[in-house]
Amino acid sequence: MLRAKATTTSRALLPARHQLLKRLRTNRTLRTSAVRLNGGGAPFDPKAIERAEDEVDVCIVGGGPAGLSAAIRLKQLEREKGNEIRVVVLEKGSEIGSHVLSGAVIEPRALDELLPEWRSMADHPLTQPATSSKMLFLTKNMSLPIPHPPQMGNKGNYIVSLSQFTRWLAQVAENEYGVEIYPGFAGAQLLLSDTADATDNWGRRVRSVRGVVTNEVGLTKEFRMKGSFEPGMAFRAKVTLLAEGAHGSLAKQAIQHYDLRREAEPQTYAIGLKEVWRVDPSQYKAGTVQHFLGWPLDSQTYGGGWVYHMDDGLVSLGLVVALDYKNPYMSPYRELQKMKHHPFFRALLEGGERVGYGARALTEGGYQSLPKLAFPGGALLGCSAGVVNIAKIKGTHNAMKSGMLAAESAWEAVQKKNAEAAEAEAEEGAEEKPTDMTGYDTAFHNSWVRDDLYEVRNLRPSFGTQLGIWGGIIYSGIDSLLLKGRVPWTFKHHRPANAADAMTDGTSSLDSSLTERAEKHTPIEYPPFEPPLSTDLMTSVALTGTNHAEDQPVHLRVVKTRDFVRATQGLNGDGATVNAAVGAGVGAVRAEAEVGAATEADVEEERRRREEHVRVNVGEYAGLLERACPAGVYEYVDVEGEGSSEGTWNGKKLVINSQNCIHCKLCDIKVPTQDITWTVPEGSGGPKYTVT
Amino acid sequence: MRPSPARLLNILVPVKRAVDYSVKIRVNPQQTGIDTNVKHSMNPFDEIAVEEAIRMRERLPPGTVKHIKAISIGPPKALDVLRTALAVGADSAAHVALPENAPAPEPLAIAKTLASYINIQNSDPAKVEKDGKVDVVILGKQAIDDDLGVTGQMLAGLLGWGQATFASKVEVDVGKNEVVVTREIDGGAEEVRCRLPVVITTDLRLNEPRYASLPNIMKAKKKPVEKLSPSDLGIDYTPQLTTLRVTEPPKRVGGGKVGSVEELVERLKDAGITGV
Repeated sequence: MLRAKATTTSRALLPARHQLLKRLRTNRTLRTSAVRLNGGGAPFDPKAIERAEDEVDVCIVGGGPAGLSAAIRLKQLEREKGNEIRVVVLEKGSEIGSHVLSGAVIEPRALDELLPEWRSMADHPLTQPATSSKMLFLTKNMSLPIPHPPQMGNKGNYIVSLSQFTRWLAQVAENEYGVEIYPGFAGAQLLLSDTADATDNWGRRVRSVRGVVTNEVGLTKEFRMKGSFEPGMAFRAKVTLLAEGAHGSLAKQAIQHYDLRREAEPQTYAIGLKEVWRVDPSQYKAGTVQHFLGWPLDSQTYGGGWVYHMDDGLVSLGLVVALDYKNPYMSPYRELQKMKHHPFFRALLEGGERVGYGARALTEGGYQSLPKLAFPGGALLGCSAGVVNIAKIKGTHNAMKSGMLAAESAWEAVQKKNAEAAEAEAEEGAEEKPTDMTGYDTAFHNSWVRDDLYEVRNLRPSFGTQLGIWGGIIYSGIDSLLLKGRVPWTFKHHRPANAADAMTDGTSSLDSSLTERAEKHTPIEYPPFEPPLSTDLMTSVALTGTNHAEDQPVHLRVVKTRDFVRATQGLNGDGATVNAAVGAGVGAVRAEAEVGAATEADVEEERRRREEHVRVNVGEYAGLLERACPAGVYEYVDVEGEGSSEGTWNGKKLVINSQNCIHCKLCDIKVPTQDITWTVPEGSGGPKYTVT
Repeated sequence: MRPSPARLLNILVPVKRAVDYSVKIRVNPQQTGIDTNVKHSMNPFDEIAVEEAIRMRERLPPGTVKHIKAISIGPPKALDVLRTALAVGADSAAHVALPENAPAPEPLAIAKTLASYINIQNSDPAKVEKDGKVDVVILGKQAIDDDLGVTGQMLAGLLGWGQATFASKVEVDVGKNEVVVTREIDGGAEEVRCRLPVVITTDLRLNEPRYASLPNIMKAKKKPVEKLSPSDLGIDYTPQLTTLRVTEPPKRVGGGKVGSVEELVERLKDAGITGV
């Protein structure tokens, strides 16, 4: 059911002041504002646009394993119980699977529950069973077999490209179950209720989540509307499920708004950089699973490599580096290229051809870092909550199961809502109560997902002591082999030496606060590239197929998430201004100031923020982002002459090449000043992974 | 009183599902073609063609353009591309379905298919009554995955119609029953005047395609898509060309650095390059 603009029912719900503003601005519609084809016309005014709206029962943000499992489960319940339910999945990638990257060896436990008949389904991608599982310790020249935790055993597991797996799951969801999937449309904002109509987990009165608004298209970098401008569409949903993967952008906002991490440990992360190679047939042994510790990482850095021999002569390999690394001179990309120079990898990749490259952040916090999973009107699924089991190095099974559990709660909530609506027909104009998903949180903690994560909860923190990886290996060996997590203690994640530096405010990452100043470290001499074995960064980035339409607002906003949420939800001051351009650069905020959506003080604040960012990052951390980003997005360049208006410090300014972005989220997590907020670009942008 | 237009336009827009422009194309291991396990989307030149058809509808007096139909010949997934065309503004679509793993159809077969489709449309009195005969076929100048660039020209030849290729500007004069097309040629632009019916192929500068908005994509799901099989049109898709081998171009060999102008001249002489 499609409506072109707000109907009388929902107009009545708007508070009087908002309605007045809407009337005042009615002559400022899209058609009357001067819009030119090139160079953009009128600045974007968030309050004057009219959005197309649609109503759905459940809106799922993110077409990955968790989101799709939830969608399928909802439709299964529709079949079982007979009540219709409309399920919409929004995916920012140009097609399902474009933004999915993982090792991956998956445990089919959740798939067996979701689709018990999967083995007989056509084209299922679980064609390569894992036949072995080995762990090796690398030194500069040698590789020594070592024992591995029993959780890493791979009996019954399959090596897949998670991108292909997700694509298959989407095809099942669409064709067999009638789920509506819309790739190329990103969930850009949470649609909040107008009044504080719900009580959150902590007893506060808060606004509830009523759906999702997709991204605007057709804005220039300076936030002006092009001829092709289309406002994002608003999906009003009874239940909103956020399944965006690790460090999701809407999930981050929900966590901040509802303080979901109040009683949990902060989340900790790692970056996974991956390549897919077609190796020489003499090197290929289908089903091989190998994990590596040691070289090239030092004893204070948690991480390791992997090699999985997938189906069809392809080999997946890569390096995971925990993002609590201390040395700002480290470059995860250069570490991966260096790792390939080891004799083991040289032999493996001799005569091979690289067919893929990519990177993505993953969660490592495990059980301790699970936030509250439900908020009024919605819930967090999969790695948006953080469900990777770092001992198994697997999380897909947990993500899928969490999706299924959320679906079951969502089903109940929607049925309840429908029943209430039928009763309350007589009450004209009353806004419906928000849905309550706390049943999902309980179900999650009663399920095997909780047990899966509980067993290994102390392993990762054990690597955070002064003993570095040696302490971790010793403790983890004992815990995983003998105790299996059956101990009365639960370690917290390690904090920086100076406790005051620890960032635990719910949106700033703990990992960033563990970075040490550049003066304590020395630059690392990485070996030169040896193409085709190891190449420079841009050659690799070309393999991701990433691209973003030119001349759109920079989606990497230089602003703290807390401030971003306040500015864009109109929560500053009297709530009248909504500065949609916050963090997008001085030019963009200036455009917003032209339409009264921002003030001159905001423009100055924007410039000051940039300057501060450059001062700390270049002055104290030697420009960490330049080295850390796996796609070469960030550069601190010298400024000629006077200095630009954009905020320079000591002759340097920040340049963001957002077109290269591969949506890995490392910058948001690792930047020491915690002032990069990753937001969604125009839909369909980003990498085009197919075999990762 | 405005006289009614002499002719109402019925526009056919053939579109191809081709490898996406941002994907790095690679030769497949068997060296028989390119790796097609990658993202596909509508050929960018065909997007421009669809956009031009819609702009014709917007530029000419309302009602002049009677019908815009998108057609695609390809595997079942080509339906996605047709849905995009419908979402951007086409009225209906037709899909000539080829089997999933059939070899890619050749331009002559495509041109024959389109000609056959058009002839069937134009000779069916019911269809002519409803939408008129097909007047304008507008398609991309070439597909970006094979860069052959011959389908439009072959189609015009088979139909006996005029053709205006590499169009960077299209002006339709329905009253005079002709189009004036500015073509991109080596060294500049050329204007040609063609009588209708005509085949036009689009070049990059013709327009900038619009986004398909989400509400339109949802509405497009309800628009009709005609399904046809090769036997309906009497076309044989057996390839007439045999591809012997596909290889990547030879890798660039590194150059060398020279220390002085004299050394440069020496090297040039050694390479057999002489002054004029």
